Amino acid sequence: MMLTKEDVTKTVHDIYERVREKSFEEGDMLINALHAIQDHYGNYIPLEAAETLKELTGLPLSKIYGVMTFYTMFSNKPRGKYVIRFCKSLPCHVRRGRSVIEALKGKLGIGFTETTEDRLFTLEESSCLGLCGVSPVMMINDEAYGNLTPERVEEIVDAIVTRERSDEE
Amino acid sequence: MPVVESTVLICAGGACISAGEKSTKQALEEKLREYALDGVVRVVETGCMAACDLGPIVVVYPEGVFYQKVTSEAARTIAEEHLLKGRVVDDYLYKSAEGDLRRRPQEEIPFFTKQVKVATRNLGVIDPLDIDEYIARDGYFALNKVLTEMTADEVIKQLKESALRGRGGAGFPTHLKWDFSRKAEGNPKYVICNADEGDPGAFMDRAILEGDPHSVVEAMTIAGKVIGAERGYVYCRAEYPLAIDRLNTAIERAREYGFLGENIMDSSFSFDIEIRIGAGAFVCGEETALINSIEGKRGIPKVKPPFPATNGLWGKPTLLNNVETFANIPQILLKGGKWFSRFGVEGSRGTKVFALAGKINNTGLVEVPMGTSLRELIFDIGGGIPGGKQLKAVQTGGPSGGCIPLEHMDTPITYDALTELGTILGSGGMVVMDEDDCMVDVAKFFLEFTVDESCGQCTPCRDGTRQMLNMLEKITVGEGSEEDLEALKELGEHIMKTSLCGLGQTAPQPVVSTMRFFWEEYLAHVHESKCPAKRCKSLTRIVIREEKCVGCTACARVCPVDAISGVIKEKHTIDPEICTRCGACLEVCRFDAISKVSP
Repeated sequence: MMLTKEDVTKTVHDIYERVREKSFEEGDMLINALHAIQDHYGNYIPLEAAETLKELTGLPLSKIYGVMTFYTMFSNKPRGKYVIRFCKSLPCHVRRGRSVIEALKGKLGIGFTETTEDRLFTLEESSCLGLCGVSPVMMINDEAYGNLTPERVEEIVDAIVTRERSDEE
Repeated sequence: MPVVESTVLICAGGACISAGEKSTKQALEEKLREYALDGVVRVVETGCMAACDLGPIVVVYPEGVFYQKVTSEAARTIAEEHLLKGRVVDDYLYKSAEGDLRRRPQEEIPFFTKQVKVATRNLGVIDPLDIDEYIARDGYFALNKVLTEMTADEVIKQLKESALRGRGGAGFPTHLKWDFSRKAEGNPKYVICNADEGDPGAFMDRAILEGDPHSVVEAMTIAGKVIGAERGYVYCRAEYPLAIDRLNTAIERAREYGFLGENIMDSSFSFDIEIRIGAGAFVCGEETALINSIEGKRGIPKVKPPFPATNGLWGKPTLLNNVETFANIPQILLKGGKWFSRFGVEGSRGTKVFALAGKINNTGLVEVPMGTSLRELIFDIGGGIPGGKQLKAVQTGGPSGGCIPLEHMDTPITYDALTELGTILGSGGMVVMDEDDCMVDVAKFFLEFTVDESCGQCTPCRDGTRQMLNMLEKITVGEGSEEDLEALKELGEHIMKTSLCGLGQTAPQPVVSTMRFFWEEYLAHVHESKCPAKRCKSLTRIVIREEKCVGCTACARVCPVDAISGVIKEKHTIDPEICTRCGACLEVCRFDAISKVSP
């Protein structure tokens, strides 16, 4: 999908207005706006959006880029439809998280921070997901999966691929 | 209207959901409709029921029968057998280590009976989305009391008597924070709830927000009244979408009921709360970094003093407490500070929620009086170590903490006792490790974490931790020397003394602590290129013992990197160049033919 600058400007304006309604003060909006923009574009923030934010907030572009790149959850590169965040935390590590990661990488054919060719999956490492009681864990977009084993991650990926294929047909 | 005969509580805490709770609930409800029981059986999704390893959990009332690991198949059986025919289904009951079945483990086994619940009292008991259920459990009574009967001085006096200290990690006396921000000059003032729980292995704040969000809303509103603030923020990490959803619902309901907004409970006091969502930066759990993040900036810490109590959000007086701290407050004000301080021991009063994770039989959340010994927590309540293995260490305090070895298991869990052991109580995460875990690897693991999460502002943390990690990497591949160990110690001391914020000042702690208790293990890596726990990849090999291999191919099939070769019914071999030492083959071999060796 090609984005034109006009489209992005208009969309970001609309999103910014929505965020403004839910804000106490002008100054606390930037991160919320970036979240909303990223959700809208499906897991990434187009660079053009930063330019529009510059006009809307009056902040220098360097500051907006600074914020965008500081936080690991923001991406200005297009990511897959499903962002898989694998928990790299200690409880997952000591409960054989490593073998699950290897299986997941093998299954997807990609490493961390990479996206599959069909743009379906992006694999990322995550800080603790707070589901340590059922470690190892991962999240796929907003959904969490616990008690993972090498076999189970393969099934989960297969289920998504099957669902996507049947949606296409 | 049909009379409800049974109520089924399903744990909808994050862990149970990730173990399949949604399909369990769906299957149960389908069956209930099929049997026309949907009018007389009420199904309620609750917050976390504490025992993560047993999930998804279903409890049927009025009998109180507790079912564990309820898959959708199990849910259908329970609907038919228990709810339709009135017969308890033994297959999904709790089984003790001795093998006997327990129908009501919540009243019978130490994991539940030894708990004293204050901050988590409503978890797994009420529907977190239903404000009426919260009210039925004395919810918003404390707020009413503060608005009608108590002065700000009296509230602070009760907090002082409770001796409550911050539950987020630093353990600062809560009443002092409240008093400082109340007395601070400046207008407007702010109340912030720190829900940026990031310590690996800690998940109590998540569970409280998901299971009892109103307790936090109520306490923040009380804080607003006491310090003179009209606005509050909850800063929650983006990794917790479910907590954010439920908190949002709670805030909306509270507004509808007149517990938030203008003229709360018809008083002259107004207060409202907004949620701000993080975006994946651990350092934002540090209070000044968190404030920067709310202000729409990079989340980097500021030099303290000045403290947020006087110079917080937008430079105004700000009260910052963590989720668990807030969740205790309504109960303290209803029952009195003295009631709370009866629990615990000198210096560490009240109860504390601990998160049990790692190599422990009963994973989950437990709230116990402070001063409980580690042994009681890990063995009596936590059920000990799985697979007959020996406990090696308990990690507390996340990347700012350290590892407590087996010989110190009788230590009472208090702020001071853990500090003496070179770790911290932190936010209450306890990661249990057994003999298969390498302490050098754990130290390296935390340094990787800090290097990743350092905000980059000050040199000791940004570059110092990187250098420490380099040395640890050398050691874990067998190329380290004793000079490296000395250099690690020395650099660690410098980083602790010269870093700007708490994250940097405590970053070397995992190394210092493991060196203190597991020095021999470091020496083995350095002198013999040996990893005694057989964990460090470069110092370990996985081998197949020819005499035991029958050629069943199970290992070759499970290997994710195809490092195992061999044909059926013939001996298999592992190519060490390809093998990642993930250990998947070890688990599937039924002939005890595969083992790890070092070197």
